[in-house]
Amino acid sequence: MTPSYGQVIRDGLWSNNPGFVQLLGLCPLLAISNTMINALGLGLATTLTLVASNVTVSLIRNFVRPEIRIPVFVMIIASVVTAIELAMNAYFHELYKILGIFIPLIVTNCAIMGRAEAFASRQNVGRAFVDGLAMGVGFTIVLLLLGTMREVIGFGTLLQRADLMFGEGAQWLSVTLFADYRGYLLAILPPGAFIGLGLLIAIKNIIDGKLEKRKKAVTLETAGAAAT
Amino acid sequence: MNLARNMTVSAILLGAFAITGTGLLALTHQATRERIAQNERELLLRTLNELVPGTERDNDPYSDITQVLEPGALGSDKPVTVYRARKEGQPVAAIINAVAPDGYSGRIGLLVAVRYDGTLAGVRVTAHRETPGLGDAIETSRSDWILGFDDKSLDNPRPRGWRVKRDGGEFDQFTGATVTPRAIVRAVFNTLRYFESNREAMFAPAQGGQEPGETIDDA
Repeated sequence: MTPSYGQVIRDGLWSNNPGFVQLLGLCPLLAISNTMINALGLGLATTLTLVASNVTVSLIRNFVRPEIRIPVFVMIIASVVTAIELAMNAYFHELYKILGIFIPLIVTNCAIMGRAEAFASRQNVGRAFVDGLAMGVGFTIVLLLLGTMREVIGFGTLLQRADLMFGEGAQWLSVTLFADYRGYLLAILPPGAFIGLGLLIAIKNIIDGKLEKRKKAVTLETAGAAAT
Repeated sequence: MNLARNMTVSAILLGAFAITGTGLLALTHQATRERIAQNERELLLRTLNELVPGTERDNDPYSDITQVLEPGALGSDKPVTVYRARKEGQPVAAIINAVAPDGYSGRIGLLVAVRYDGTLAGVRVTAHRETPGLGDAIETSRSDWILGFDDKSLDNPRPRGWRVKRDGGEFDQFTGATVTPRAIVRAVFNTLRYFESNREAMFAPAQGGQEPGETIDDA
């Protein structure tokens, strides 16, 4: 079974989104989504890892024997993540300091291993690449949505410390929405992340339900039209 | 026979992947090493400059260092680096890279800058894993709490006052986080006490092949 590229993209961004549907990689998702910049940093690092590991796994899929494929995947993912960690330490030093332990922990994000095993090891390089990108972007979007919610409610700001990612010149990107806001601790702490993710999933389910209904209505209508 | 052959091939394949992965990492490490070291250095230099501005000294504290091993007072069982600031050869301040060993999530790395007269020029946190949103108010980017140490000394407040308010002292704790500030207050106090009794040794010149930890003969 080879899915079309459109299907692969749709899966990653919506119908099989790692954050909303597969619920994989929850640990970094919940821990690092307290501000938008943190969320974006971790999301991009995860996307890069997914793309690199998917492509590599797909390239070597015909050489690797089934018995040793899991350790080989683990080695590939670990090498990729460590390389990204070193690069971030070199080029985004302060962001690296804030994300801290969660960069090396990308290794343990099961979404990456899951894609390597379930998709990349059975598909050609092009599809594996698109899948990695779509899954990564899907994950980043969830992180960003959650990060925005938590930052606005928790700190009353948008894009605080934007300079960590975009350099000193980007400080104007940071917006304080409510001056003299004392902050709302629940949103910043892990319970806020759980509640926020729950709400987001609920919203997604409502949208899915509406879409489903409309589809049914359309089928009924066409069926009715055909009957008359 | 066949099984043995299969296993050998698998082992060789695995080994090949391990070697390739390690090779890639070694290359990345090589390519980024200098940049990372430079980042660390710049961050440290910026903090040192914040604590003891260039107008108050005429040497480079980053290259005028000594190391002391004092697990009890400075919180680390490894030698602790002390950066010395001087003006016209006279000691100005020592910036001690002490550790608060009992933070809420482990060790908190500190830079404690003590002027020669025993007052604090300032304290900064260099590394920590305290709870985001609660304990991380010790960072200057999150709150001004740590600036509360400026100009304090062993007599100001009195030793009984070197505690957080909840313990009857003079330093604020944070809402929801007492352990973190308590650990830092204690570490700064211990560092000050250590400085008081080892002041001269701390400013002794370390140049001329003096090994860290070696006794100073003419003291």
